[in-house]
Amino acid sequence: MSGAICESYAVEAGAFGTAGEASGKIKGVLRKLGVPSALIRRVAVASYEVELNLVIHSLGGTIDLSVEPGSVVLDVADRGPGIPDLALAMQEGWSTASDEVRMLGFGAGMGLPNMKRNADEFAIQSEMGVGTRIHMRFRSPEGTGT
Amino acid sequence: MSKYFHSVTLDVSKCVGCTSCLKRCPTEAIRIRKGRARIIDERCIDCGECIRVCPYHAKGAVTSPLSIINRFRYKIALPAPALYGQFKDLNAAALIPAALRMMGFDHVSEVAHGADIVSRAVMERLEKPDCPTPLISSSCPAVVRLIQTRFPELIGNIVDVKSPMEVTAIQARRAFCEAQGVPEDEVGCFFITPCAAKMTAIRNPLGHETSAVNGAISFLEVYGVLSDLLRKNTAKPDFAHFPATSFGVNWARIGGEAISVGVNEALAVDGIDNVIRVLEEIENGRLPEVKYFEGLACLGGCVGGPLTFENMFIARNRIRLLAQMLPKTRPERKIPDEELEALRDQLYLDRPLKPLETVRLDEDFKTAMDKLSRIEKLRKELPGLDCGSCGSPTCQALAEDIVQGYATELNCIHLLKERLRIMASQMVEMSEATRE
Repeated sequence: MSGAICESYAVEAGAFGTAGEASGKIKGVLRKLGVPSALIRRVAVASYEVELNLVIHSLGGTIDLSVEPGSVVLDVADRGPGIPDLALAMQEGWSTASDEVRMLGFGAGMGLPNMKRNADEFAIQSEMGVGTRIHMRFRSPEGTGT
Repeated sequence: MSKYFHSVTLDVSKCVGCTSCLKRCPTEAIRIRKGRARIIDERCIDCGECIRVCPYHAKGAVTSPLSIINRFRYKIALPAPALYGQFKDLNAAALIPAALRMMGFDHVSEVAHGADIVSRAVMERLEKPDCPTPLISSSCPAVVRLIQTRFPELIGNIVDVKSPMEVTAIQARRAFCEAQGVPEDEVGCFFITPCAAKMTAIRNPLGHETSAVNGAISFLEVYGVLSDLLRKNTAKPDFAHFPATSFGVNWARIGGEAISVGVNEALAVDGIDNVIRVLEEIENGRLPEVKYFEGLACLGGCVGGPLTFENMFIARNRIRLLAQMLPKTRPERKIPDEELEALRDQLYLDRPLKPLETVRLDEDFKTAMDKLSRIEKLRKELPGLDCGSCGSPTCQALAEDIVQGYATELNCIHLLKERLRIMASQMVEMSEATRE
């Protein structure tokens, strides 16, 4: 069964005031569906990271959530600007965040590696001037739902 | 399983069905149905917010009346440290034990001393290499239950040491029985409580089978008698024999516990909504630097409990001043190894804290998915005012209640109004069409 898209969340660039809202809503939906809490935790960490990435680095984008028995999928797409060197961006501690953003406690260069660590499938594509797409799948060892 | 006991209760005769408690409940555990509030047992964490906000005093807490102590031959009082902040004269702290004895107690054991013991036990846990980060305090029962219902993934972070109330009761009963040569079941231990959640925790112990405490008597219940006795008192306060340290007493106010356990990377948060927000951050992995988390449901800490008499800010300041007067012996020096070892067998939680699922839409995943999409559709039809007139706290909650069969769309007065408008215009149309 292919997972129907439950929800799609728009995330605006630079919207620090509302940062965390989308990942908070995702967490709420997963609880209502009875997804095991260990799985929710991993999705929560990754979705929060990706949401903050959209706020800090992108020109805005969306997070699509789909849920099916046994797994949760996040498909993230932004409107640019794109990541010039993906291999570098995936390294722990590497960040292009501004000093202002670092002052807020973000920009430690752990975002992408942290997403990858928490997801069972992680794919990233980026094209300069077009945007970045991230696909993450989280599987539950014991299966979601019943 | 027997029905879960809640200290927080509703007096139906006083409730007018206003939306004060409905809008304030942090776990959305209240609905107004048929003009009266209703508490959803599974969701209530006994934080007492509704008691505070009800303008008709319809929300109350079931605690023990003072007369309950007569059920036992020997009676021990366990005053919460927050009690010392209730009286203008700071010397009251040293005079309270004598006053409680005049009220019928045979012995008084300061929970502030139990707090020093717990501080030491928590410090040991923090030193263990496999200590979870952050370690979360187990002292506020409302927060523990909040974690069980809303943050099940953090249950493993809750420190497995019993609360100061329990530890004090265990120690006091043992010492009394040994000294007096009486059987344990003839000794009743009674917590003098600032909150409803402690009463609930006595009836439904969190993480252990039975409570060592036999009842909880509220500050409000004893305040009148106690202040009268303190006023008439002529004895000099004897702080030299006051067993609690500055650290133990400070557990009554927010941050006191964090200072007592002595880790710099501790975070203390008061007020249930604030606790929820910070637990969200912890769950999102945003606070890896925090080693100890002290979360207290009431603003100001236990001094802000719903069953206290004094204004929280005043009481909190008194605790600060009292703590300055008391010896600043750190818990690890105050509590000798032998004292800790003697309690070792009873110090820890021995039952797992279980997650309590309260928001799951359905046991069956596909049904839950289906319900979720129906809720989403309904929510878009609702006005989004979150007015509470329907009896559910938000439009989202009403949509869920409708799908779960607890409400109908016409509970929403705005949808009802719209429906009436359509019906009225249809009637006008009909009457015009049928005019002779």
